[in-house]
Amino acid sequence: MSTAGPTATAPPAPGPRTAGGRTARRPLALRLLARPEVGVFLGAAAVFVFFLIAAPSVRSGGSMATVLYQSSTIGLMALPVALLMIGGEFDLSAGVAVITSALTASMLSYQLTMNVWAGVVVALVLSLAIGAFNGWMMVRTGLPSFLVTLGTFLILQGVNLAVTKLVTDNVATDDISDMDGFGQAKKIFASSFGVGGVQVKITVVWWLVFAALATWVLLRTKYGNWVFAVGGDQDSARAVGVPVTFTKITLFMAVGFGAWFVGMHELFSFNTVQSGEGVGQELIYIAASVIGGCLLTGGYGSAIGPVFGAFMFGMVNQGIVYAGWNPDWFKAFLGVMLLGATLVNLWVRRTATRR
Amino acid sequence: MDRTFHPRSRRIAPLVALTAASLLLAAGCSSDSGGKKAEESGDGGTAGKANTPRMTVALVTHQAPGDTFWDIVRKGAEAAAAKDNIDLVYAHDPNAGAQAGLVQNAIDQKVDGIAITLAKPDAMKDAVSKATSAGIPVVGLNSGLSDWKKLGLTEFFGQDETVAGEALGKKLNAEGAKKAVCVIQEQGNIGLTQRCDGVKKTFSGATENLYVNGTDMPSVKSTITAKLKQSPAIDYVVALGAPYALTAVQSVSEAGSKAKIATFDLNKELTGAISKGTIQFAVDQQPYLQGYLAIDSLWLYKNNGNYSGGGEQPVLTGPAFVDKSNVDAVAKYATKGTR
Repeated sequence: MSTAGPTATAPPAPGPRTAGGRTARRPLALRLLARPEVGVFLGAAAVFVFFLIAAPSVRSGGSMATVLYQSSTIGLMALPVALLMIGGEFDLSAGVAVITSALTASMLSYQLTMNVWAGVVVALVLSLAIGAFNGWMMVRTGLPSFLVTLGTFLILQGVNLAVTKLVTDNVATDDISDMDGFGQAKKIFASSFGVGGVQVKITVVWWLVFAALATWVLLRTKYGNWVFAVGGDQDSARAVGVPVTFTKITLFMAVGFGAWFVGMHELFSFNTVQSGEGVGQELIYIAASVIGGCLLTGGYGSAIGPVFGAFMFGMVNQGIVYAGWNPDWFKAFLGVMLLGATLVNLWVRRTATRR
Repeated sequence: MDRTFHPRSRRIAPLVALTAASLLLAAGCSSDSGGKKAEESGDGGTAGKANTPRMTVALVTHQAPGDTFWDIVRKGAEAAAAKDNIDLVYAHDPNAGAQAGLVQNAIDQKVDGIAITLAKPDAMKDAVSKATSAGIPVVGLNSGLSDWKKLGLTEFFGQDETVAGEALGKKLNAEGAKKAVCVIQEQGNIGLTQRCDGVKKTFSGATENLYVNGTDMPSVKSTITAKLKQSPAIDYVVALGAPYALTAVQSVSEAGSKAKIATFDLNKELTGAISKGTIQFAVDQQPYLQGYLAIDSLWLYKNNGNYSGGGEQPVLTGPAFVDKSNVDAVAKYATKGTR
């Protein structure tokens, strides 16, 4: 009897609301707190306020632009990685796949002396193909995605190095900044624009645009339902007619698209690419998604959560530098802050769903 | 089975078409500037070849994959091997235990000589003593300046990282710098830490260290930018590797800072930046020379019983300064990827 909240005004419960609809009658605040992105929003806000107080130099607009830039390069990849995770799968090859894409575009244009857009297009095709391969391999063999993408991770790591060395005779690519099309591509992938005297990187805009797009897909389309369904229970999903194979393969391809986009940003922002980079980044993308409220088991999460997850990561990363703390402790600070923020996130979710 | 996979093959068709279309598109639009066509092919420096009996030498380093620096060391070693009629076996692993395992592997192959780096000397001790008791001469290169004699190596080729750091610190004094930040791209790497310690020792201004994530360039860029904003008094950024120095150029302009940039180690793009003046100078330890001398010394030892440094003194390959005054002489070799 005492379970009902303060709004015990409508005993007959009119319309479609059934008798057991306890969740439907909970107060709005609690229902909001139960959403996957709200915990991380509060965590990110806490970290933000903390550094506003602890590090005076964070308070300028320029500093915020730097934090947002760092967040966006993580966030652009965390978005598709989160969608894939909601669909119940992992991609450990996501970090080196970024470098594979950048290397492909750079070497193809340079070695054949072509307009850089040719390289960009071929890199996109290759990145989507790698995603499709991951998905196809997993569906076809029934192996866990952890194992399949671990294999791809190692293959790509080796291929990045060996092919670069074979083609350029160095382990880094040549400078393509004086080639045709570079200026245009840089405008799209790596330019910045002024807002009230502050230079904002274009990746921040793309990040938010893609986040909005992903949210729409997830919440308003049939495909979005499929993603939740295959992540929640694959067999039941298949039984009710969800195209499981198609959904999983396209999710992996979305990660491929993200890798291409970030890879192009790195290429057009730094002109050359070192073939050994990218290792370890996959864990940061996964961490941003998990902090952002996606469950490691799949079937639960949002697209906006990882936006705050990536922001939190960027904020802590740069905040420590802005605060001027002893850099020997850098990694430890990072770990403690992330763990703390994740616990806040978890606590909020528990409190919200308990009552 | 057949039915399930049928629709997929239909879906592959457009993908193939897209690939083909993009290749065709690519073929139509060539670049009028830059690219491979513009690259001038360097003259291949092929010396004569020794007619001594074929011997096998192993080079075992602590290189992490895809690092431009180690690529240059390897090229030097390969050049010496080609000249000396040596079969060069190259292996590397940044994990000290795994590197020791690679030395054991070389002993098992009964090679005629081993060249190793001692980034973590204690981990390599047993492997080295196994090699020497098997009668295989071992020489050191690059890292391990303070330990090579203790471990029973016959020769050592490299740069004293602390001395190199000290040289850079003195140069900063001459440039009139007041406050420097030393950017470390790999937390816990002894050689990198020694460089920054050396700078701190001789530099009369203030210095502090900054750790960045070396495998993620956007993160390197924003972290240096953040540091420059947090501490606007910084007037010199000291990078410990060429790619990080080039990234620091962008950070400096984004932070609106007036800081100048100096670095350790060279590559092709960096020599360009020095002649343009966006980077002031580089301290070069001549990695090509380290690889070349280590392999060549094993040939000399085997065929003429020579020891460089007489088994007592290390052979120093650096620090050599590259700045605007001498960059042109160095640039043509850097373009070939050997300097």
